[in-house]
Amino acid sequence: MERYYQKEIECASRDQIRAWQDERLVRQVRHVWDNVPYYRAKMEATHVAPDDIRSRDDLYKLPFLSKADLREAYPFGLLAEPLEKCVRIHSTSGTTGKRVVAFYTKEDIDLWDDCCARALAAAGAGPEDVCQVAYGYGLFTGGFGLNGGSQKLGCLTLPMSSGNTDRQLQFMEDLGSTILCCTPSYAAYLAESIHERGLQDKIHLKAGIFGAEAWSEQMRQDIQKSLGIKAYDIYGLTELSGPGVAYECSAQAGMHINEDHFIAEIIDPDTGEVLPEGTQGELVFTSITKQAFPLLRYRTRDICILRHENCPCGRTHIKMCKPMGRSDDMLIVKGVNVFPSQIETVLLEQGYTSNYQIVVDRVNNSDTLDVLVEMTPEHFSDSLAEITQREKSLVAALKAMLGIFAQVHLVSPKSIARSEGKAIRVIDKRKI
Amino acid sequence: MAIHQISVFLENRAGQLAEITALLAGNGIDLRAINIAETSDYGVLRLIASHEPEACRVLRENGFIFSSGEVVAVGVPDEPGGLNRLLQILAEKQIDVQYMYSIFGQPNGMAYMILRVAAPAEASALLRANDMHLAGAAELGIVSSDQERQE
Repeated sequence: MERYYQKEIECASRDQIRAWQDERLVRQVRHVWDNVPYYRAKMEATHVAPDDIRSRDDLYKLPFLSKADLREAYPFGLLAEPLEKCVRIHSTSGTTGKRVVAFYTKEDIDLWDDCCARALAAAGAGPEDVCQVAYGYGLFTGGFGLNGGSQKLGCLTLPMSSGNTDRQLQFMEDLGSTILCCTPSYAAYLAESIHERGLQDKIHLKAGIFGAEAWSEQMRQDIQKSLGIKAYDIYGLTELSGPGVAYECSAQAGMHINEDHFIAEIIDPDTGEVLPEGTQGELVFTSITKQAFPLLRYRTRDICILRHENCPCGRTHIKMCKPMGRSDDMLIVKGVNVFPSQIETVLLEQGYTSNYQIVVDRVNNSDTLDVLVEMTPEHFSDSLAEITQREKSLVAALKAMLGIFAQVHLVSPKSIARSEGKAIRVIDKRKI
Repeated sequence: MAIHQISVFLENRAGQLAEITALLAGNGIDLRAINIAETSDYGVLRLIASHEPEACRVLRENGFIFSSGEVVAVGVPDEPGGLNRLLQILAEKQIDVQYMYSIFGQPNGMAYMILRVAAPAEASALLRANDMHLAGAAELGIVSSDQERQE
């Protein structure tokens, strides 16, 4: 039976959701205008005033915010509440330049915890569950977010943080964890470790919530099979709060966006034009309840599709598909768009592990694409000819998927660094 | 008694082979024969270990990818024409030798050829019928998994 945390919100009528969004958006725009000079200047530059925003139909009039704005305004430029009202920060793992810092009031954390509690309930969790949170705790939002949601729901919460696999497995066994929250790559690693140690019969997991990394449907199937659980996706960004912006329900087909807190739009990444429902484009969020760090029309860079549908779970909130790639993770190799998720799909189809690394370089003014793949016992043979044959069929499948040649390198098992936080899947050595 | 060869996946990286030899040495395993086949990208190390089950255990526990398979060990006189006679017998019966390597300099004046063929039992019978000297585990001073199973 479907479980909910706030059923009256999760299953509210579309009219009710619309009414919440209209009212909260108008209030939020006024709050930002009054308290965030950085965004007010953007509005003034585009000749938009708070009075122009009367409902969510007017949302398109507002200027966008991007990660570049967050870096430029670092650290306090987008803060909308006095520091004495703020109780915590989180920060993203920035790859270049300045980090991005997000602020939270007590109420912000309370509402964020609600969002995570909804995600856990949708995964079938309740007060009788033991929830092992193996996301990192710290500036990263994963650990604190799921921890907060788990406590709100009344689960016994194990704040394991990431890493230390021996200890993870020990607690999982001794305390009988039923829910696991971590990155999908770490879930796959834990599953491997459980099998290696023959602990299958001593583990009582029933569901897992795995996010913060791109993962394919094949990887979901593998984790579900290997751990004997249901594996659910969760979506979020530090800029908006953290995990729990959207989450999967029992249908495991798209993630419900918490529309009472976030308004989602899909835009054309090149023109900024809003695209109709069901069209693929860049996902943009407006947070309508956050106090300390209220972002209006924040461009996520995630390529995605939004759909309203009658979900069998009973929830009425709009669904987003698994992001198909990030416009900023997307690699352009020899002029061709390459998403790491495409490579992962091919590897899993051919029976390799999802632990791989992509190395892009430029040699003699020409791009090179190399994929490091871990050898498996099933693909090994005493005969070089047989191994080479399998390698060739992998290269051919990659070529079919990507449209360009990728050089495959077979490496020893476990020689590619496993992520206990986020996986480093791509190394781009090009100096462009 | 069948001789088992262990084949280990080798990543193309400095020190990979030394890791394996250190591991085997640390566990008191002696190498009776060794051969490496490689491509530009990876290699396969083939070895005859003094204690095959133990070598497999150690490799497995340390996460190496390997397989174990039967090979034929034939002793030939360490003199001109010794190997030729062996290969003529096999060629006559159209038995394909997938690969072969050798152990020279044995005190008994023999050179041992390690042969990988599709059907080791048939090849062994043929060679025996042609008075070739087939070497067993004891002669090579190794403990094979067959022996362990018998014990």
